[in-house]
Amino acid sequence: MSISRPLPHDAAELHVTGQARYVDDIPVPADCLYLAFGLSTVAHGEITGLDLSEVRAAPGVLAVLSAEDFEHMPDCSPSAEDEPLLAVGKVHYVGQPVFLVVAESHLAARKAARLGRVDYRELPAILTIDEAMAAGSRFEAGPVTWSKGDAAKAIAGAARVIEGSIEIGGQEHFYLEGQAALALPQEGGDMIVHSSSQHPSEIQHKVAHALHAPMNAVRVEVRRMGGGFGGKESQGNALAVACAIAAARTGRPCKMRYDRDDDMVITGKRHDFRIDYRVGVEEDGRLRGVEFLQLCRCGWSQDLSLPVADRAMLHADNAYHIPDIRIESHRLKTNTQSATAYRGFGGPQGMLGIERVMDHVAAVLGRDPAEVRRVNFYEEAPGALPPDPRSTSPKKKAEVQSTPYHQPVEDFILHGLMARLEETSGYQARKAEIAKWNASNPVLKRGIALTPVKFGISFTLTHLNQAGALVHVYQDGSIHMNHGGTEMGQGLFRKVAQVAAAGFGVAPEMVKITATDTAKVPNTSATAASSGSDLNGMAVKAACDIIRGRMAAFLAERHQVAAEDVHFEEGRVFVGGADYAFAEVAKMVYEARISLSATGFYKTPKITWDRMNGSGRPFYYFAYGAAVTEVVIDTLTGENRILRTDILHDCGASLNPALDRGQIEGGYVQGAGWLTTEELVWDGKGRLTTHAPSTYKIPACSDRPGIFNVELWDGRNVEDTIYRSKAVGEPPFMLGISAFLALSDAVAACGDGSHYVSLDAPATAERVLAAVNRVRGDV
Amino acid sequence: MTYVLNLTINGAAQAIALDDPRVTLLDLLRERLHLTGAKKGCDRGQCGACTVLVDGRRINSCLTLAVSLDGVEITTIEGLAEGETLHPVQQAFIEHDGFQCGFCTPGQIMSAVGLIGEGQAGTDPERIREGMSGNICRCGAYHGIVEAVLDAQATFQDGVKRKTA
Repeated sequence: MSISRPLPHDAAELHVTGQARYVDDIPVPADCLYLAFGLSTVAHGEITGLDLSEVRAAPGVLAVLSAEDFEHMPDCSPSAEDEPLLAVGKVHYVGQPVFLVVAESHLAARKAARLGRVDYRELPAILTIDEAMAAGSRFEAGPVTWSKGDAAKAIAGAARVIEGSIEIGGQEHFYLEGQAALALPQEGGDMIVHSSSQHPSEIQHKVAHALHAPMNAVRVEVRRMGGGFGGKESQGNALAVACAIAAARTGRPCKMRYDRDDDMVITGKRHDFRIDYRVGVEEDGRLRGVEFLQLCRCGWSQDLSLPVADRAMLHADNAYHIPDIRIESHRLKTNTQSATAYRGFGGPQGMLGIERVMDHVAAVLGRDPAEVRRVNFYEEAPGALPPDPRSTSPKKKAEVQSTPYHQPVEDFILHGLMARLEETSGYQARKAEIAKWNASNPVLKRGIALTPVKFGISFTLTHLNQAGALVHVYQDGSIHMNHGGTEMGQGLFRKVAQVAAAGFGVAPEMVKITATDTAKVPNTSATAASSGSDLNGMAVKAACDIIRGRMAAFLAERHQVAAEDVHFEEGRVFVGGADYAFAEVAKMVYEARISLSATGFYKTPKITWDRMNGSGRPFYYFAYGAAVTEVVIDTLTGENRILRTDILHDCGASLNPALDRGQIEGGYVQGAGWLTTEELVWDGKGRLTTHAPSTYKIPACSDRPGIFNVELWDGRNVEDTIYRSKAVGEPPFMLGISAFLALSDAVAACGDGSHYVSLDAPATAERVLAAVNRVRGDV
Repeated sequence: MTYVLNLTINGAAQAIALDDPRVTLLDLLRERLHLTGAKKGCDRGQCGACTVLVDGRRINSCLTLAVSLDGVEITTIEGLAEGETLHPVQQAFIEHDGFQCGFCTPGQIMSAVGLIGEGQAGTDPERIREGMSGNICRCGAYHGIVEAVLDAQATFQDGVKRKTA
């Protein structure tokens, strides 16, 4: 059985020998042309003059396109059709593409793009959350508010009221492979596009629209990406559309690859937030009522901001039952890059809000933050079988508790999971030891934090929760598998191939993994929301079941047994005392004129969602985890290190423990980076000043915790997912919150506990130092 | 003006005519010689995806002008395996799951080969983490990377012991 085995990544040998091809590595025909954008230099302005004569005259330039060259400017938006490929009349942020250069080489295109002269009449630019709130600059008519019970009344009736605010920075994806696309014109106006995209169907849709062609004239292929993290869900549209337009106009292949600095300046990032909170709490730490104000900076176009902001609201409770809650969310329009999908999709920001509340409450009450968290946990659902005896919560309620959006929490396992992690990490003993150590060390201070994660799995736009697959068995028994998911390093292709191999009872090597291709599986959803293996695994299984059913029926008739008595195991097929090699059966079935090809389809059951009222069951299930992080800070400089991290994470019955472990470790590192060293800085003119890894600090090998213990929670999904596994792409990202709150704990150790230190994110050395000074009263 | 550059690349001597003295080694490898294993991640020497060995020393090929390398020996990821037999560092990266998306992997492996060759890292994970910190892995596969380097280093030491014994 190929399921649950820790098999390596599908292209492992290709990666280590440098043979794995990314878009920029695909050999191109000799007449290939190269593209570059000329970018806006002001944050908001009217274009009053555009002189591209020097660009046209530059060596190697074949064509230059701007607004006047289009009757209808192609749109690149994934949602509101508010992203023209090139600026029309106005520019809305520094870095917006204004014109497109088509040249004989990548370098010639880039050099020429610098020669354009654009005159602007500058308009007032809205850059910050405060400016946008003051100007009422937002998407949707007003704020979105969801509530359960009466938060204001509950807070008024509570023993204590605690208020605060946290600033949460954005995050650059820095997928190591920058955005890239290659368009190859075909006969009759058809177009083949290779794109580094998480969403080939959308690339196909946008390209077809731009070419005024039906979708069947465009084929998009994605073999792999060099990282995506959400940054290739919509941000690749502009390059693919530009390449297709230039290829259609010149009749030659066209390739575009953003230089890294351009990539960081042009493309959207994680949304930055400010979250204000007002909490009513009892003396034992139990929350009575909570009010959240979530202010979300979306940038110049809508992109995916509405569902991102929704998901922030959907994770405002994290793992805690809050009887009365009100969440108000403002989606603010600013003259900056259009913030976009990024691993967690708003969830991490919403979750950090409530985790900050937990720490604030614990500090005010003088209680252990882990204990405050535990008393607020959801109860386990009655009748749910706990995968571990300790997962039984103190008292079971007759009714299932529900989230602020009225979804019953039926699969809660954090009581047991957190108890086990506390034990294996030695949390309590270490906390006591750290307090002692801090008392005798005036310069260095250590901190520790334990935080849980409960993350909802499913696209909140319900119709996206579908997937298709195409499976062929050839007459030699080899298997060709295709599905709508894309591979960006998460190991999806390997996991789904394991599902296919298990379906036929053959070794995984028998299954050929092939590039995602809109001509093989149509109308796919983005590989996003951690849904890749849940959706595509089920679709592939459905296709395999159909073909195996036909093979079994054929043999059953031949041997006069029931089809259920035909077994596919270890490359052989067993029937009525006889057995055949799988390849032998494939040949017999082919010769009997029975189809060995099938499509599979899957749609997630049980989900319904009314986004306007914030009510329903948006998630099929929840994935859980918890982390303990210990840090040390230097109180003279604010410099800090992660000393040790312990993680216990729930992947259900893991399809592949090695790949899941990689996702957990990598997610933690990226999440901790978001909240510590990764700082995006815009200047007063709206220019992103951190547009390269020299100024934007991505975690390096040396930033990894010295002690890093990762364990998988050994459970099964209570819902009927593919082999009872759980999604793992996004949930572990939020384990990084423990690193941030450990820093906050270390800062608190510098004071006398008389007031709470509100550390903002990212907790750079500068912010840590300022917080240390604040808590010591040396401001 | 054309300038002829003599290089040994992955064991094969080559004379390459350069019409532009500003070509970087990375562009030469990727665009002229179609050796696309070394990647362009940031094009400014900060991500390490373009790491190759020049006379056994690891360098960022995106920051190195090809004309400055006349007469050197260059090893790229394509030249590491011996036929079908993977180099021990390549093998160790597979065994320890030292990657996810794979884009940084050629650079990580060349950097690891260089680091082991420098003989500075020893078996101290902390020194390996420092020594490998010029190669960014955005997927965060650092755990596997360090394990792979430690393992490969041990394989080399075993090999040396066996040879000298």
